[in-house]
Amino acid sequence: MKKTLTTLALVGLATAPTLALAAGAFEGDVQRQATNWSAIIMFFIFVAFTMGITYWAARRTKSASDFYTAGGGISGFQNGLAIAGDYMSAASFLGISAMVFDKGFDGLIYSIGFLVGWPVILFLVAERLRNLGKFTFADVASYRLQQTPVRTFAATGTLVVVALYLIAQMVGAGKLIQLLFGMSYSSAVVLVGVLMVLYVTFGGMLATTWVQIIKAVILLCGATFMAFMVLSSVGFSPEAMFQKAVEVHAKGIAIMSPSKTDPIDSISLGLALMFGTAGLPHILMRFFTVSNAKEARKSVFFATGFIGYFYILTFIIGFGAIMLVLNQPGMMETIVKNGKEVTQLVGGSNMAAIHLSKAVGGDLFLGFISAVAFATILAVVAGLALSGASAVSHDLYASVIKKGKANEADEIRVSKITTVILGVVAIVLGLLFEKQNIAFMVGLAFSIAASANFPILFLSMFWKGLTTRGAVIGGFIGLVSAVVLIILSPAVWVDVLKNEAAIFPYKNPALFSMTMAFAFTWLFSVLDSSKQASEEKAKFDAQFVRAMTGIGASGASKH
Amino acid sequence: MNDDVLKRVQSNPKFLELVHKKTSLGWTLSAVMLVIYYGFILMLAFAPKLLGTPLGEGSITTVGIPIGVLIILSAFVLTGIYVRKANTEFDLLNQELVEEAKK
Repeated sequence: MKKTLTTLALVGLATAPTLALAAGAFEGDVQRQATNWSAIIMFFIFVAFTMGITYWAARRTKSASDFYTAGGGISGFQNGLAIAGDYMSAASFLGISAMVFDKGFDGLIYSIGFLVGWPVILFLVAERLRNLGKFTFADVASYRLQQTPVRTFAATGTLVVVALYLIAQMVGAGKLIQLLFGMSYSSAVVLVGVLMVLYVTFGGMLATTWVQIIKAVILLCGATFMAFMVLSSVGFSPEAMFQKAVEVHAKGIAIMSPSKTDPIDSISLGLALMFGTAGLPHILMRFFTVSNAKEARKSVFFATGFIGYFYILTFIIGFGAIMLVLNQPGMMETIVKNGKEVTQLVGGSNMAAIHLSKAVGGDLFLGFISAVAFATILAVVAGLALSGASAVSHDLYASVIKKGKANEADEIRVSKITTVILGVVAIVLGLLFEKQNIAFMVGLAFSIAASANFPILFLSMFWKGLTTRGAVIGGFIGLVSAVVLIILSPAVWVDVLKNEAAIFPYKNPALFSMTMAFAFTWLFSVLDSSKQASEEKAKFDAQFVRAMTGIGASGASKH
Repeated sequence: MNDDVLKRVQSNPKFLELVHKKTSLGWTLSAVMLVIYYGFILMLAFAPKLLGTPLGEGSITTVGIPIGVLIILSAFVLTGIYVRKANTEFDLLNQELVEEAKK
């Protein structure tokens, strides 16, 4: 569930109060449900199976390359599934289907935004990244620039994005598990943290990738079954499905068209979604797990196909839930929210897909889908932890502190220690933030990825004139402006800090912070007339040849 | 990569051809994706009613639904076009280039 809260947060950031419902189940107080044994048993089968994979992977993980990138031996198809798995989070699944359940057509808008970044990553980023880098995107950004400042910046960008994401995942996981399994919040958070550390420290990227692949396959199968059952109930006529949905939905025919949005907000969100993906360190890292540029391209092709298919399924699932779950006996509850009585789905709209699974497949299938939702969280946090750990061990420890002279065994050890620390930090923060509104966090992570990581990565590959000074100053301006604008925006300034009105009126800062990052990176690079700057520009040609042809690129390790 | 290899690659007309083909296809397809997506976003922002028009007389399905599904399909098709071109034609050219650089 890379995006468990991505969706919820962006959705929340972008579509204002109406979305409180979709975010509700993860945000507010969640009622602990009765212990769901079939879900717990199926979940433990998943855990046992993935632990077996981790054991298998551990025996094959020896070198740093094995640990960070599974030795570069993942195929394009497998990597496509793993990338899709990173994207098909519990939130994409629960959050987008909840959004369709609440608002109909609007859910589709988000799916599209999440998807369209992928073709652009393929056309402009994927193969250059693969040809230039080894383990992290900082390898590429610092290729011809000064190692220490650029890697320090890239590692900061990575750690900030990873930390925000991890907190959001942990809190989301705790709430979700309370609802699905009837476990307590704290034990759920600890369980997720411990399993994450086990997968990563023992199995490295190989285990992390296979856990993600398996989860992706199970989730796709489960969602396909649900969509099939929904469509079969209306004789495979979408028109009939929409007709029935419109009849029972409180908003009636309005669910078939988009609701009103602010143009600047839509464009800004569009930018964050599209380019944020190309700046997410744990996604970028996946391009180093394949053997060459050809496989890197294939992975995006398969990933785009799987993700697109999945989003079409969630749309059908959302409408299916309106048709088969909404207002059905036993599925609705009346709770008191802000002093008012509200009738909602049991557990909130985020549970729409879960209730639908019971409606179409009975208790056993409900357990299955609940277990898949939890497995999704695990697979995503493992990828995040590995990405954060590699920023510390590969970028900070090996390159900045040891100046590229660290021995491999030490580097891996640092990586594993970092993973354990990240696990502890994630658990502690997960517990601390239990009662906080964290919906803005993943939106913030996406905005930072689009405003700090992406501009520098992009310019380092495409613009000869980029210098160290420009990259570091521009990158930090992007990072800081994204954070400041989010703090001043309605999501934090009004909702969290309880001020009257927001200083920055828009929900997403990307349009402004990303523009600032590009502008200042350009400005400070152009103004940089140092000897070092001209040396850096001179190295561009060699970099360009390697990016284009792959001559000198790091290959798959042999074993 | 040493300077010799670099010079040899850079002066090889095949390199220029590869760069030209790869970048022009990459930027063209990116532009197509951006136009499709931002066309959709601008339609949402300025003409949301258009997307809410029923497909036909008495139909509940609106124009926006097939458009949304088509955008998803277009993303997949565009990546397919690029991968097909790049993994056959461009890679062949690239291979020749790498061979010649080794000589």
